[in-house]
Amino acid sequence: MISSPDLVAFTEEDYFGDTYVEPNSLPEEFWLPLFPYAGNANPWSKASFAKFTKDFILISEFSEQVGPQPLLTIPDDPKAWGTFDLNYFSLRIMSVDYQTSFVGHPPGCGYPKLNFVEDSRVVLGDSKEGAFAYVHHLTLYDLEARGFVRPFCIAYISADEDKIMQQFQELSSEFTKASECLKTGNRKAFASELERKLKDLEYTRTVLHEEAELQKKENGCYATQSIEKANELANVEKSIYEHKDLLKQVTSYPNRKLKDPDFLPYEPEPLGVDQDQISGDSNPEDPLDDPSSARRPSYTPQFIKAKSTKCFDKRLKTLEELSDVYFFNQTMDQLAQIEKTFRGDLCYISTSQIDTALLKQQKITNFLFEVFRDWEEESEKPQYGQMLAPDNDNSSNPAPSNEPASLESYTSCVETVLIKMEQDISEEGQQETESSLCDITQDNSEECLEADMKDSVSSGESIEVLGSERSFPAQGSFIQSESQASLPVHYPEVVRRKEVSKRTNSEDSIEVLSTTDSITPEDLRASCPTSIYEEGPYGDSSEKHIYQSPALSQQQVDSGVKDAGGVEKEATEQADPACCIGQEGPRFEEPAPELGQECSNSGLVKVAPRSSIAEEQGPGVDDGGFASADGAPEGSPSYKLNLTYLSDEVARLDVDDFSDSTSFMSDSTSSERAASPFLSGNPITVKHKRKAGQGALRFIREYPLAQQAIFCLLSGRTLVVMGADEEKVRKLVNALIIFVPNLGKYAETVKPWLTSPFQITDLHSWKLIGLHRVASPTGSSMLFSLNRYSRYVSILDADHKTLRCPPYKGTLISKLADHWTQIKCGSTYFMHVQSMLSQLCSKAFLYTFCHHLHLPIHPGEGDASVASRRMGFLQHQLGVSGEDFKIVQFLGELIKLHYLQGPGKGGTPPVFRFDYTTSFLYKI
Amino acid sequence: MLFCVRSFVVALHSHKLGMLRWLLGDRESQGPVEKTTVLFIGEEQPKNAYTELQVLKGHFDMVRFLVRIDDVRFASAGDDGIVLLWNVQTGERLHELRGHSQQITAITRFQKHSAESSCPMILSASSDRSVSLWDADTGNRVQTVTDLRSSVKCLLVLERLDLWLSGGNDLCVWNRNFELLCKTEDFNDAGITAMIELPKNCIAAAMDKELIIYRLTVPSSELESWEIQEVKRLIDHQDSIRALISVNDQAFASGSHVGELIVWDSLDWTIQSYERVFGDTAQADIQSEIKLLSPKQNEMSVQHLTSDGEYIVAAIGSGIYVYSLLTKNVIAYRKTAHDSDVLHTLKLPNGQLISCSEDGSVRFWMLQDLPPPAEHASSAFFGMWGFGRANKQPNQQVKKGADCLVLRSLELTGDLIGHSGAVQMFLPFNDNVLVTCSTDHLVMLWKDGDRESRLRSLDLFNKLEQNKGL
Repeated sequence: MISSPDLVAFTEEDYFGDTYVEPNSLPEEFWLPLFPYAGNANPWSKASFAKFTKDFILISEFSEQVGPQPLLTIPDDPKAWGTFDLNYFSLRIMSVDYQTSFVGHPPGCGYPKLNFVEDSRVVLGDSKEGAFAYVHHLTLYDLEARGFVRPFCIAYISADEDKIMQQFQELSSEFTKASECLKTGNRKAFASELERKLKDLEYTRTVLHEEAELQKKENGCYATQSIEKANELANVEKSIYEHKDLLKQVTSYPNRKLKDPDFLPYEPEPLGVDQDQISGDSNPEDPLDDPSSARRPSYTPQFIKAKSTKCFDKRLKTLEELSDVYFFNQTMDQLAQIEKTFRGDLCYISTSQIDTALLKQQKITNFLFEVFRDWEEESEKPQYGQMLAPDNDNSSNPAPSNEPASLESYTSCVETVLIKMEQDISEEGQQETESSLCDITQDNSEECLEADMKDSVSSGESIEVLGSERSFPAQGSFIQSESQASLPVHYPEVVRRKEVSKRTNSEDSIEVLSTTDSITPEDLRASCPTSIYEEGPYGDSSEKHIYQSPALSQQQVDSGVKDAGGVEKEATEQADPACCIGQEGPRFEEPAPELGQECSNSGLVKVAPRSSIAEEQGPGVDDGGFASADGAPEGSPSYKLNLTYLSDEVARLDVDDFSDSTSFMSDSTSSERAASPFLSGNPITVKHKRKAGQGALRFIREYPLAQQAIFCLLSGRTLVVMGADEEKVRKLVNALIIFVPNLGKYAETVKPWLTSPFQITDLHSWKLIGLHRVASPTGSSMLFSLNRYSRYVSILDADHKTLRCPPYKGTLISKLADHWTQIKCGSTYFMHVQSMLSQLCSKAFLYTFCHHLHLPIHPGEGDASVASRRMGFLQHQLGVSGEDFKIVQFLGELIKLHYLQGPGKGGTPPVFRFDYTTSFLYKI
Repeated sequence: MLFCVRSFVVALHSHKLGMLRWLLGDRESQGPVEKTTVLFIGEEQPKNAYTELQVLKGHFDMVRFLVRIDDVRFASAGDDGIVLLWNVQTGERLHELRGHSQQITAITRFQKHSAESSCPMILSASSDRSVSLWDADTGNRVQTVTDLRSSVKCLLVLERLDLWLSGGNDLCVWNRNFELLCKTEDFNDAGITAMIELPKNCIAAAMDKELIIYRLTVPSSELESWEIQEVKRLIDHQDSIRALISVNDQAFASGSHVGELIVWDSLDWTIQSYERVFGDTAQADIQSEIKLLSPKQNEMSVQHLTSDGEYIVAAIGSGIYVYSLLTKNVIAYRKTAHDSDVLHTLKLPNGQLISCSEDGSVRFWMLQDLPPPAEHASSAFFGMWGFGRANKQPNQQVKKGADCLVLRSLELTGDLIGHSGAVQMFLPFNDNVLVTCSTDHLVMLWKDGDRESRLRSLDLFNKLEQNKGL
């Protein structure tokens, strides 16, 4: 329910109750003062310079033929990654795969052994690209591949590092599920491939055998040809033996794994899958039986020529071919679901997770106003609190000094190919020496790290934290006020690393060039001291500054021009779809002290069309009170969606337009925000509700009789919205939806558009009806039914703006729906309504579960005294008076029924309660 | 049936025109709800305790009959030939008695007295010319008789003799094991529509305009057989008899299609009292009104009679008349108690009357003493329930003209609106539970919301205790 972003910090503190040392999560001041350009920069988006607009999932492979290559992304939409260089990033994420261990013939073993490697989970960042990724490495088996393995990785790429870090557990568990699914399918496919191969081999053996016999007869046993044939035959036999062994290994895998307590055998969810697939999978111990038996008749064995497998020009199987079709699709669905789940700003994900966790605890009342989520059906997930706590510790206590230097060096071995250009950047001799010193240490630490990594492989669960990139943002806001001089003190371990090149010679001598390219703050400080010096901790690229610096200092103003230059430069970068690696070259070749100048020297288009669009939109939609100081155009549309400052008009703008027109990260987060607050729920309904918040706000402003209408809904009296215009009626219904309590799982409580007469049975479940007013026989019969049941319904006439309903004299709804409310934004109002409604729920809960309010304390007590006690309690303890009593009573009855019938079951239809009260006609 | 619906709609047209006009968007008429000549109680009903409604679905056709089985169970039956047993507390459907292929024409409770226990049975007759006996506990058909010569129109159970009688084109006497004991000769063109039990093993059966008294001869020994004989024919009604009830040990009453109400002596079958509602009780002004309106016969037809031994309540046309056996006159009446024909009435011991009608509503009435004539203009009294003066005028004129024969008034205290078709019957249970059935295929349970809420609270805390907390 609490979804306001600036509340999160406090909530979290309350929630966990620990000392909260993270400076950027809970400053002594409120959040906003730290961001004087709150209108300008999205304070929740730290890496707004990322070249992609949305988080996405990338699947890459370390191909034995071409090296690291991106295979596919989710969503499969070029817009998702924008100008982000997938090839380059694949290279980076694949090159940290420490999972791959030796597969093949281990010494002392005659046959190839399959290594069942645990997936590894790594977080890594590319600060230059502004991309942070949760990387999940996995290995698939392929008979034709070297060592039978094909290394893959699935990466969740986001521009928000905190998001990756804080959601690590969730990401990890979700990706593990997906990976497990994929691997199950792969094992299945691998096994059937092996079977096929075995058939081929056996056929080959028979053929060779016959040939050998023939040759023996013709040439005698000791002819060279015969011996060759015999050798060939022996090879085939050996191969058969090996393959049989492999098959045994792969089929016995699930059995072995089942003994492992951590192993979660993948259980498919039956969503629109044909039954045989499920049944085939439900028997993972024997994955061969059904598909292979299906294939067997159609498969004709082929003669295998010796050494045919060693060919390098062969086509490798695609990912889809590597896995069983069903499992592959299942995995893709899962990944798409993951992408959906983690869409949006971290704040909202966290908040909604807390939300869900808290709501889950309110078993008794959560059904009333919450979007229906299958609370009960959901498997027992670990409580969010537990999940969050360790994460939070990580992020809230990032104390840089605690970060081992080795981790940083580990990041540093994330490579770029361009060694030469790195040289160019380091124009200052002092730093060169420093860095060269570092290089030496780096090598050592790398070795250490490798040892570390081995350990972590075995644990399979270790979180690899990127020292440099991780610690900086965590310190962000804190550091900003620090002087330049203090920086080295804070970051003693921050040293420049560059051109650490590592050459990995694989068996097949595919060369992988590894170069570090992480630029430390010192570089930037040295190169452009005025504008950058504060930015040090944030990272390596100058343009980052303008997005991230929330600085209040004069420097910001001073550097305004430079900022603008930076923006332009950023824009050019974004406009250029080419590979980033290539682009970095010219940029850094110029040892320009001023960024702006540097930019103009780069000779590229200065202002990208996108950013100019953003600029134009900027002031127009600005709220006024938050005019930007430097007029920097960056991130312009984003803040306008900042919930608390939005005017209705702006909020109504289609957020997608923003995200389409610009690729700024900040935009994307804000556009995500529209959908994100209730990610865990049913997204459609939730979006619906949020829109309804806007509508509801308009409704209470437009109709002074809104309170009566809302009272009807909350007290369970059906409200009929009648009108001739469908759109109008639907709008009103949508606006009022947020006030309709759920009756349980019986039926829909809202009927947005009805064109036929309703019956008394409809009134049981429908609490909000949009009714078509027509001047036809059906229309009149409809009006007759309306007339007939007028005592049970309130009628809101959309055309004449009248409301016929019982009078309302209470205080509760005036707070809920104040005609003169100062709330200007729909989602804010929605939150207000939600909090009010949850208050109401708690009152109803108290009311329902107080024994003495409903039943006599002692046997002789009459109903009258119970009733008076009840009224007293409501008035004095709950502060409920007048007609508000009916609301609490109605909600109480719903809670009772819900509790009595228990969760899960459909149960009997809800009882229909009503009062005999006079209705009045209200007009505007 | 078609007629019913039409008249219902017409009635609505006339009396709630104001509201309708508002609904239709006519801004002119948005004043106070117009009072027309027909009664309209309004929405404020403080004496109406039925604030909770449960709809029981299960029938596929009109539901005409409700039979009480015991304190918690009842049966409903109608034109779909199915008898459904319900729990009145939970609304749960207990059994579905299927066996009749055509509409149910009569249904009654049949208490089976065996040595150890008495289990309630249901006796049902259908147009498919069969009668069945059902066990209410198990829902099984215990006995059935098919291929009767005619369909049975009415059933009468004589519990003390452990017999039941079926009336159709003949009158048959059956024992508990569905053995035909004796029967009358066939009536060619007419059939028996109603039967009541009279003292001395006599039975009164209504057949068109005549009341026939039969005497049942109980065999004194095994050898003798049962015998039923016609004793007397009462031919005082001028039109076909619509209702026949026994009032008490001394009297029974019958009503005819033209509004005659005759109270008979149970023993010697003589007329104790003859009331022609529109001719005698009603005054000249009403008669002139009738002439002016040229009423249909239907408006005077006695649809239903009920009695508590002291009063006879007659549903005549769309009006309700209360006849006192003591003073032998109509002590209170409402000529237009409903918008359409009243189909069923009941008088409760507390002076409350319930009526249901083709107009789809159930109304509650209270027999109240009229204020003394001097205070007849007391607007406070009439204003209390929001009645227009127009409603009162005939009443007061009657009172003046009839020499204070009409001593009491029927005051509307509440109504139930829910059915979309004619309410055929209702059945009150203890604790303010009322069951209604209607031509709209629905059975409804009307309950006291406060009481139900208390019961639910009780359940809640019981469950809480079971679960040992939340």
